[in-house]
Amino acid sequence: MIQVEGLSKIYRVAEKQPGLAGTLRHFVRRRTRDVTAVQDVSFRIEPGEMVGFLGANGAGKTTTLKMLCGLIHPSAGEVHVAGHRPQRRQAEFLRRITLVMGQKQQLLWDLPPMDSLRVNAAVYGIPDGVAQRRINELADLLELGEELTRPVRKLSLGQRMKAELLAALLHEPEVLFLDEPTLGLDVNAQARVRQFLAQYNRRTGATVLLTSHYMADITALCPRVLLIHQGRLFHDGPLEVLADQLAPEREVRLELESPVEADALAGLGRLEQLEGCDVRLLVPRDQLTAVVAQLLDRFPVRDLDVTDPPIEELIGGLFRQGRV
Amino acid sequence: MRVFGLNRRIIRVLLGSQYAHMLEYRAEIALWALSGVLPFIMLSVWSGSDARSGLGLDGSALDRYFLSAFLVRQFSVVWVVYAFEEDALLGRLSPYLLQPLHPLWRYVAAHLGEQLTRLPFAALIAAVFFAVQPQAFWVPSLGGFLLAWLATWMAFAIAFLFQSLIAALCFWSEKASALERLQFIPFLFLSGLLAPLTAFPPAVRAVAQWTPFPYLIDFPARVLAGQPVDLLAGFGAQLAWIVLLLPLVLLLWRAGVRRYSAMGA
Ligand SMILES: Nc1ncnc2c1ncn2[C@@H]1O[C@H](COP(=O)(O)OP(=O)(O)O)[C@@H](O)[C@H]1O
Ligand SMILES: [Mg+2]
Repeated sequence: MIQVEGLSKIYRVAEKQPGLAGTLRHFVRRRTRDVTAVQDVSFRIEPGEMVGFLGANGAGKTTTLKMLCGLIHPSAGEVHVAGHRPQRRQAEFLRRITLVMGQKQQLLWDLPPMDSLRVNAAVYGIPDGVAQRRINELADLLELGEELTRPVRKLSLGQRMKAELLAALLHEPEVLFLDEPTLGLDVNAQARVRQFLAQYNRRTGATVLLTSHYMADITALCPRVLLIHQGRLFHDGPLEVLADQLAPEREVRLELESPVEADALAGLGRLEQLEGCDVRLLVPRDQLTAVVAQLLDRFPVRDLDVTDPPIEELIGGLFRQGRV
Repeated sequence: MRVFGLNRRIIRVLLGSQYAHMLEYRAEIALWALSGVLPFIMLSVWSGSDARSGLGLDGSALDRYFLSAFLVRQFSVVWVVYAFEEDALLGRLSPYLLQPLHPLWRYVAAHLGEQLTRLPFAALIAAVFFAVQPQAFWVPSLGGFLLAWLATWMAFAIAFLFQSLIAALCFWSEKASALERLQFIPFLFLSGLLAPLTAFPPAVRAVAQWTPFPYLIDFPARVLAGQPVDLLAGFGAQLAWIVLLLPLVLLLWRAGVRRYSAMGA
């Protein structure tokens, strides 16, 4: 469904000194600097696959997605999506794909999502009846109801994101490019969107390429991940392989009723911090449940929190340790 | 079947949603309508009887001219550059470019929706004008009205294309939108908004004939006010400007999008 061969993108950015003199100099003789955002990336994605696209900030994920949907032109390499060259942006191609960007929106701010949905239905040539049926189905999956008839500006971030997804999927695209679709959402909304994407993929057999800041999105959805670092592809394969390397441990934060000694915590993961009642432990994934149970059993726990370290840190750690 | 990417359903739905959208801004639009009363101020400046006959607009003819200029302006105001800048800034342009519809059609629909929202306010201001100046009241013939309507829409089309050209230049430099403010000065003088073109020396008028400006206000306003005008020359010039600008806009827009795509969207 997606074939990428030797894909590169070099941005040419203007270099301008600040101030009037700088502006004038820039006007006379433009100085530019090349930023290599994506370098010689190749992969294939089969129909129906859900692939996670991982990488630290600035790794080149958004740039790659924009090239795959045809929004920007590659500097080098070949891209084929659904049998088309995306950069031509032919109507036939546009009907088969969609791009959702977490921070950007297409819905008109002052109108209810329903109005924008009607416009999309007309633009994509979806008959009214079919459009209405799809809206009902998707709204059902997304748990959207009267939100669709309220102005977008009155919706919460999570509701808005769900409405954006509905708008982006109304034409039943076969290929979904999702750039940080859960960015900024609260945990519940994240889970809801995640669950929806899994259902959508199962029902329609759509191909999904997803980037996310949250490891949980990727673990929940994508059996296969691509890891990109400084524009280069470093890993393409099953998530488990990477997950073990990336995040072999999870962090457990404890707040106790009374202070404990370090000895008392022996055998319960790696002790990272101990300050009176506040404890931070790193626990191997497979022992997590057992350790948490023991902690609750043995100590007067006031608060317990299990977190995945942010992807940034994990990947940073990975490259520092030279494990990839 | 689609003509220029449009069919009847797209037109209906797009117009409907943009009208609803503009209704949300009716308070602002009412203020814009009110801020368009410049022609009435100019009327008071020119209203001495010597000035009237100097302009070739005796008696109520001058009042009618300025009221017509006001109305024509109301229905040919264009703000594509600003809408485009906002969409580019908010990142709405990217999803629009990925939909099978030329983004300019959305702006056309937004303008038409805005005109419809403006209609009652413009009518109200015209009514107040007649209440104050009852001797200026007139009802154009049906034919005259339809011709004036057509001339106003063509004026709108010229202004829209002209500004779309400037908007397309924004793909190269954000500063291009300054051109829109720059062209406002010659527009103000040569369009007929400050004074009928007959107020200017023959040399200025001769030059003005070769710019699009007189066809934006002066010509449609004279048609609406029922003054003797060379219809063939006026409509011919309007059509010529549209035919000239349309391919330019399409070409420049396409090149601009290509550049946008190369630069990084
Ligand atoms: N339009 C642009 N012009 C110049 N440089 C850009 C542009 N967009 C992104 N970049 C640069 O390209 C690199 C990759 O960015 P991006 O693809 O947005 O990364 P990610 O989505 O993985 O965070 C970064 O160094 C970024 O600064
Ligand atoms: Mg990004």
